[in-house]
Amino acid sequence: MQPFGSVCPQHPGRRAGGLRSATAFVSGLILFVCLALPLGAQVPTTAGSAGVGLTPAGGVSPVRDLEAADTPSDRGESATVRWAPPREDTGAGGAVLGYAIQRAPQPEGPFETIGQASPGATRYDDTHVANGERYFYRVVTLSASGDVASPVAGPAIARAQWINTNQWNVFIVLVLLLGFNLYFIEHIRSGRKTFIRKIAGLEAVAEAVGRATEMGRPILFVPGIQDMNDIQTVAGVTILGHIGRTVAEYDSQLVVPTSRALVMTTARETVKEAYLSAGRPESYNEDNIYYVTDEQFGYVAGVNGYMVRNKPATCFYMGAFFAESLILAETGNSIGAIQVAGTAMPAQLPFFVAACDYTLIGEELFAASAYLSGEPKQLGSIKGQDIGKFVGMLSIILGVSILTLADLTGWEPLTRIAEFIQSFWSTELA
Amino acid sequence: MKRTIPLLITGIVGAVLVIAYFIPHPPFDSLREDFSIFFDIIAAVAFILGGGNLIKMHGNRVSRREEGWGYSLVTVVGFLVVLAIGLTKVGNPDGFRGSSVTAAGSLFDYAYQFVFRPCAATMFALLAFYVASASFRAFRAKNLEATILLLVAFTILIGRTFVGAWMTSWLPDSLHFLTIPYLAEKIMVVLNYAGNRAIMIGIALGIVSTSLKVIIGIDRSYLGSD
Amino acid sequence: MSRFYRIVEAINELDKRWVFLVVGLAVVTATIFRLTFPEVPTEMVEAIYEKVENLPAGSRVVLPFDYDPGSEPELQPMADAFVRHCAEKGHKMYFIALWPLGQSMVAGVIDNVLREEYPDLVYGEDYVDLGFKAGNEGVIAVILTDLKKLYTTDSRGNAIDRIPMMQGISSIRGFDLILSVSAGYPGLKEWVQYGGTPGNIPVAGGCTAVQAPLLYPYYPDQLLGLMGGIKAAAEYEYLVMEGYPKFKERPTRYLTALIRMGPQTVAHLSIVFFIVLGNVTFQILRRRRRRMN
Repeated sequence: MQPFGSVCPQHPGRRAGGLRSATAFVSGLILFVCLALPLGAQVPTTAGSAGVGLTPAGGVSPVRDLEAADTPSDRGESATVRWAPPREDTGAGGAVLGYAIQRAPQPEGPFETIGQASPGATRYDDTHVANGERYFYRVVTLSASGDVASPVAGPAIARAQWINTNQWNVFIVLVLLLGFNLYFIEHIRSGRKTFIRKIAGLEAVAEAVGRATEMGRPILFVPGIQDMNDIQTVAGVTILGHIGRTVAEYDSQLVVPTSRALVMTTARETVKEAYLSAGRPESYNEDNIYYVTDEQFGYVAGVNGYMVRNKPATCFYMGAFFAESLILAETGNSIGAIQVAGTAMPAQLPFFVAACDYTLIGEELFAASAYLSGEPKQLGSIKGQDIGKFVGMLSIILGVSILTLADLTGWEPLTRIAEFIQSFWSTELA
Repeated sequence: MKRTIPLLITGIVGAVLVIAYFIPHPPFDSLREDFSIFFDIIAAVAFILGGGNLIKMHGNRVSRREEGWGYSLVTVVGFLVVLAIGLTKVGNPDGFRGSSVTAAGSLFDYAYQFVFRPCAATMFALLAFYVASASFRAFRAKNLEATILLLVAFTILIGRTFVGAWMTSWLPDSLHFLTIPYLAEKIMVVLNYAGNRAIMIGIALGIVSTSLKVIIGIDRSYLGSD
Repeated sequence: MSRFYRIVEAINELDKRWVFLVVGLAVVTATIFRLTFPEVPTEMVEAIYEKVENLPAGSRVVLPFDYDPGSEPELQPMADAFVRHCAEKGHKMYFIALWPLGQSMVAGVIDNVLREEYPDLVYGEDYVDLGFKAGNEGVIAVILTDLKKLYTTDSRGNAIDRIPMMQGISSIRGFDLILSVSAGYPGLKEWVQYGGTPGNIPVAGGCTAVQAPLLYPYYPDQLLGLMGGIKAAAEYEYLVMEGYPKFKERPTRYLTALIRMGPQTVAHLSIVFFIVLGNVTFQILRRRRRRMN
């Protein structure tokens, strides 16, 4: 088993023009980020104490280090209040029953309670503020022995930010992945040879189509049950284009039942162009590409009925599938068809692997279009994928090793590196 | 021009949506949802295309008495009947002016509950039989990898029943890790999880590559040609 | 070829219709005779039970029902078990749905479980149905900071501010548990990613068996427990039955998952039988071919 999907042979000497353009691209993006960061950075709003506070009641203290500021990296209309809890806050069931967050347009008040927080909380997001307005906050510690208010903090002025600085790690990974892809697209387009391993399912396409032609039976293509907004369907339809050309060259019959009307229209255009480019426009029959139903099991019932009655010799399943995958594959098996499947739904892969002759697993579905076209600029994207996988593997091995060592040794620098790695690979969801 | 404009639209919109992920400032913050809604509107209009194609295709089959025209007749009649009772809200407690097409007691609701749901459940139930036949055919110890797959499948299947617990109930607590339910859970949570994650990482990279190819116009198959 | 090998070969290439027949008969028999088998609760299911059991009475629990009639056979028993357990403990139940048909699932549970079995519970004081809202994970993100921005009324048109158990609640932050039942997207994963983790709210729930492997990565840090499929539902029912013996009195009503596990167990055992049979015949024939060669 090869460790990587494909390996680029070494060619020392000549520096590819693609490398320069990719470097320029990545440098430009990083420069943009460095210039844009000050724009995206939160305009500092002072979080001070305006000196207003009430005498602490017996038993509990007010919150400490109260800060009120614009919520960073957001669309505005939000202010964040943070505090350090008093030492009496021992969580639920303790002396502190909770916190009441109060807001006023002036430091002197009048304050109104805008929300509550549970014991142990240290933050409250006030999402009922207007951009550009000044707000002052205080937090009242609630207890059975009496409530006590903190000094006032503010002003907090809500603003919308242009850059979400919380996603800096996502940005870096995205730039890297795009960079890899663009580099290798350019690299291969400039004439460099590359090695792409054979994908058995795609090598079998010509054989499968030929078999159907010899037997005089149709070829069935199922582009999944999702709509054109699903990338798997886009991948499936692009594969349909290549298969359509092969079918046209063999002058065989291609049938494409679809589960979505938009997929039907796209598939028709794709197959029509495929027949045109193969020089057989007269063989194209748009009625062979038809809409069945949006409903999952109604669709598979319709397709199964077609399969059992018309007995296609070859079945292609390329796209997003759910529970109906095994029904399709088993029916195809029962009629003796060659079946080639490809999906990026991990839960459905075992069914296809068990019941189909060839299965494209996950990323192979997305590589299929490039593989079938054989175009250098598309093959470069496969290389980019592979390098991305390599970087991912390296990160996992490195990260796991460092985290394990940090845990075992407790060495402070290693622990800091481990924490950085964990925070880098975590995302705050938008 | 016929291909240039769609390519430009794809490129610009794709790039803007990628960049918008990092921009919380309006109007970029809601672009993703807005475009999602735009697509839903287009897809809803496309229902008419799909329905029209359905009627045309099956109607032709019925009128020409082609092979299997009986099935087509059932399809057309079913489509038209449900469309009619839905549009006219027959049996709806609030009548035609009632707001909900699927109100309890309406004919549409009956058609859904007593025709559609049993049919969908029947198709779903086929899976149980197909799993059995696929397992019988596929899980053969032909080589080392197939044997490992067989043993793992066996452990999971047995572990999901009381038989798994019963078969290894005699093991002492110190050997609890050898009990079938424990093994089944660890296979799912550790081995299966690792494999799933590896496939999902590959899929994510594949999606990035495919999306990039579509956005920068390298892959134009979705337009109908290269 | 001897008769023995002819039989072995016939079994090795058994027509799949015999397989269908045996599986069908096994499942029908188990269904008719209501065969049930003991369930041993697993760690993940026990974690959910312990959490619900140990929450103090009056705790606020969000119950998102994100499934439709297609998954009802697999998910309804766990939804019913969650609601019964919460009702027994006196927790405040906040029903919500991110799937359009999820709302009817909620309505069904309220009618069939709460109204029938717990008539003392008062709508608006002990449980409330906030209804369906479109927006998928966007809904979760919004209600985590400002629930009333999206929900001005409940599913019955009552003003939110007039519902007693909604007083003083501005968001789901501070709620004690999210107990989701989901069949896909949006579902349990989105509740973890957009609700539980950013809001520091414990999340647990159930999903279809096929989905469960995709959610294991979240256990135990972000998901305190996970119930995958009807088997896990049966384990939870078993735990609830052990904790509240009154549910043993009417098993057909209270132990639907346990009853449904009967046919599933029998189906699993049938599949195992055919796998073993297929391998035995395969090995016999392989040895015979080797000897002949």
